[in-house]
Amino acid sequence: MRQTFAVGIGGAAGQGVATPGDIFAKIFSRRGLHLNAYNAYQSIIRGGHTFLTIRTGPQKVTNMGDRIDLLIPLNQDSIDRHLRLLTAGAACIYNADTIKPGVPAEGVQLCPLPVSDLADITRNKVAQNTLAIGAGLNMMGISFQALENVLAEQFKKKGDAVVAENVSIARAGYDYAASKFKPFERPLPMTEHRYAVLSGNIAMAMGGAAAGVKFYCAYPMSPSTGVLHWMAAHARKAGIMVRQVEDEIGVVNMAIGAAHAGVRAMCATSGGGFALMSEGLGMSAMMETPVVVIDCQRAGPSTGVPTKTEQGDLWQMLGAAFGDYPRVIAAPLDIGDCFKLIPEMFNIVDRFQCPGIVLCDLLLSEGRLSVDPKDLNFNSQIDRGELITANGVPVGAGTNGAYKRYKITESGISPRAVPGVPGHTHTASTDEHDEDGVLISDEFTNTVKRRAMMEKRMRKAMGIEALIQAPALKGPPNSDVTLIGWGSTNGVIEEACEILNEQGIIANQLQIRWLVPLHGEAINDILKGSRHTIIVENNYSGQFARYLRSESSYVPNGYIRKYDGEPFMPHHIVEAVKEQLTGKTHLSVPAHEVMV
Amino acid sequence: MATGVETPKQVAMADLKGKVDPDWCPGCGDFGVLAAVQKALVELQIPNHNVVTISGIGCSSNFPGFINTYGMHTLHGRALAVATGVKLANHQLTVLVTGGDGDGFGIGGNHFVHTMRRNVDLLYIVMDNQIYGLTTGQTSPTSRLGMKTKSMPFGNLEAPVNPISMALAAGATFIARGFSGEQKHLTELIKHGIQHKGFSFLDVFSPCVTYNLDNTYQWFRPRVKKLEDDPAYDSTHWLAAMEKSLLWGDEIPIGKFFERTDVPTLHGAEPVLNEGPLVDSGMRIPPDAARKFIEELM
Repeated sequence: MRQTFAVGIGGAAGQGVATPGDIFAKIFSRRGLHLNAYNAYQSIIRGGHTFLTIRTGPQKVTNMGDRIDLLIPLNQDSIDRHLRLLTAGAACIYNADTIKPGVPAEGVQLCPLPVSDLADITRNKVAQNTLAIGAGLNMMGISFQALENVLAEQFKKKGDAVVAENVSIARAGYDYAASKFKPFERPLPMTEHRYAVLSGNIAMAMGGAAAGVKFYCAYPMSPSTGVLHWMAAHARKAGIMVRQVEDEIGVVNMAIGAAHAGVRAMCATSGGGFALMSEGLGMSAMMETPVVVIDCQRAGPSTGVPTKTEQGDLWQMLGAAFGDYPRVIAAPLDIGDCFKLIPEMFNIVDRFQCPGIVLCDLLLSEGRLSVDPKDLNFNSQIDRGELITANGVPVGAGTNGAYKRYKITESGISPRAVPGVPGHTHTASTDEHDEDGVLISDEFTNTVKRRAMMEKRMRKAMGIEALIQAPALKGPPNSDVTLIGWGSTNGVIEEACEILNEQGIIANQLQIRWLVPLHGEAINDILKGSRHTIIVENNYSGQFARYLRSESSYVPNGYIRKYDGEPFMPHHIVEAVKEQLTGKTHLSVPAHEVMV
Repeated sequence: MATGVETPKQVAMADLKGKVDPDWCPGCGDFGVLAAVQKALVELQIPNHNVVTISGIGCSSNFPGFINTYGMHTLHGRALAVATGVKLANHQLTVLVTGGDGDGFGIGGNHFVHTMRRNVDLLYIVMDNQIYGLTTGQTSPTSRLGMKTKSMPFGNLEAPVNPISMALAAGATFIARGFSGEQKHLTELIKHGIQHKGFSFLDVFSPCVTYNLDNTYQWFRPRVKKLEDDPAYDSTHWLAAMEKSLLWGDEIPIGKFFERTDVPTLHGAEPVLNEGPLVDSGMRIPPDAARKFIEELM
């Protein structure tokens, strides 16, 4: 079992949950620890209930885990919701002036802080937060110096007096805990590693910059807005044109326009915005102008639950825009992969001149993860495919009238000239057209030409499938159970498998990253050897299960689904697997015990 | 606008002839607009490879196929959004957007307003025939009140939009109206619109001879009055332009309503483009910048 430690901070929006979260995250990552942070929140600026879970440890931490070791409730509501879920070994630090704790489980340490005795609360409204941080770090066995350094950075802009005040309050909490509270049994270790801590949205934005994206545009929509924020803040340093557009229809069309003129262009949205973009996706395919669209899924349908996660957009992506056309859809497996996937996706869509969709979700978009800086590679390969630019017309590319933009080729790929190149004028059209770009519907539609163009475009799908990597089984062979997931559930399924293996149930995992094209045959071959298979996904209807069946005829033994807005915790999967292996059911819908 | 100097060859009408002949109905006003655009490009000597003609969907939106420039025949109502992307990616290109009244003021109304307020440097020509033609004759956003069409057989109950007033209100920096029956005048307006640095809006009366039997050449001819013929008219005066834009009836003004040259274009206002067009800029993030991006996260 991996050593991990989780801090849960709960309060109303506006009470300052984020700052202690940032301070803990910095201290953990500077100790060389991995971390994973997930914030459960609501679409509200002030009030409600926000619960931030930061889980850390010396090995990779892939999800929020099952237990809270240290609970810091900033109000009565938070302790009422979470104290009952603490188990032996955990502790709860709270403001004894304002909060009545109730009775915790056996072995849970209650740590009341006499806040008004320890700090001048008339001067410092968030003194309780700072005291709790100091007390908590003492109990974790972390030196005060580490906290002092981070506080100095955090409050640097507000001046020395504010830094000094916060340091002295933190010190009071730290010392109080030393004398009154029992430290945690396993102090947090230190390692020599140093990690970057980032959200999936930042990772995708940076991945875009690394891919050479020169044009980014968006309309704000949770949970994708973080991509826009990073892009906008770094645009000038990165040489990227960033625009906020009037709606998502404008967004996708503007991105395609920029792409058509020869730059790499990207945009991000969530399900509702994507719905507006779908006609544009078809245009990208028909004009053969590559564009990358990120969809950060949130709980739907319609406006749905804007601040909650789900994997419910798969069929929207599969069916986006009418007609048949080649498309690429991939779901990043974790926040590091959010970065890595973007340059890969651009190389494919540039080469095959079609739209690419990155199917992310709130869990990754807004979650935070420690990533080795070496994995944020700004020098990955850039392959623009058969692109004719003003900087160089390749020999043999032909000029008017020899140049045909939609030349029929075996691969389905036709060399693409961008506007500005002499001798290659042509019209790119959303109407069906011939090799020369002339609309076939203008006078006499032509069945032979129509068929040839359909087949040319669709041939590209085979090339894409040959290029991308087929999925592989992770974990021990000859398992009792194989868990199949896609995208963001990678980490939690991996941990569930570890727990099952410790408990004597041999479990392995098949995680899907490339959704379209899907390696149906390869998946069938892999799963042939599995004794019992279960598809795990964050939606109601088993969208991936239905898709897999349509592409490969594969039917698993069971399903684990969750559609309450919150992500899976490892024990949800572990318990459901056990229930299914006894034959009790083949569909488990674990209940989320935490009311967030 | 840049006019591309690397091609020594003179630009002639023959260079601008499309791969196919227009399939508009005989007598359609759009023929006149096509000819005027070609004449304007010849007179301005802009090589065809430096021009991108972008349209939406509709009769007039088939325009890019009938002229030999780079062309994009996009989605219904979306031409201006696409054109904004093209212009921002390569601001050395001359961008022409062509379409109809349904495409521009109906389904594309949102982009129309926002592209104007952004002052994107392009010329938007609307071939305004006050009807939906390609779908065989329904009411358009500029159809007159009471006009009977297949979709409103008992008469239009909705007041038409006024494209010129809309453009003034939205902040377009060049606003003009032409008439397909006035070739020379139209050509001059197109040249002026191309040369204007900023968003140029040109609404052109382009009669539909098949489905709009109200607003015909014969109906327009006695009514149109050139603003240029009125020496007292000051096209730098926004309020005067707004007042003129409201005239409709026995006298309908055509010509340049308004122009201002003191508003920066969108591409001119963005420092990212100071070094030149995006399409020519390097794709790699400088190592120093990349390192800083990562350090911020540590």
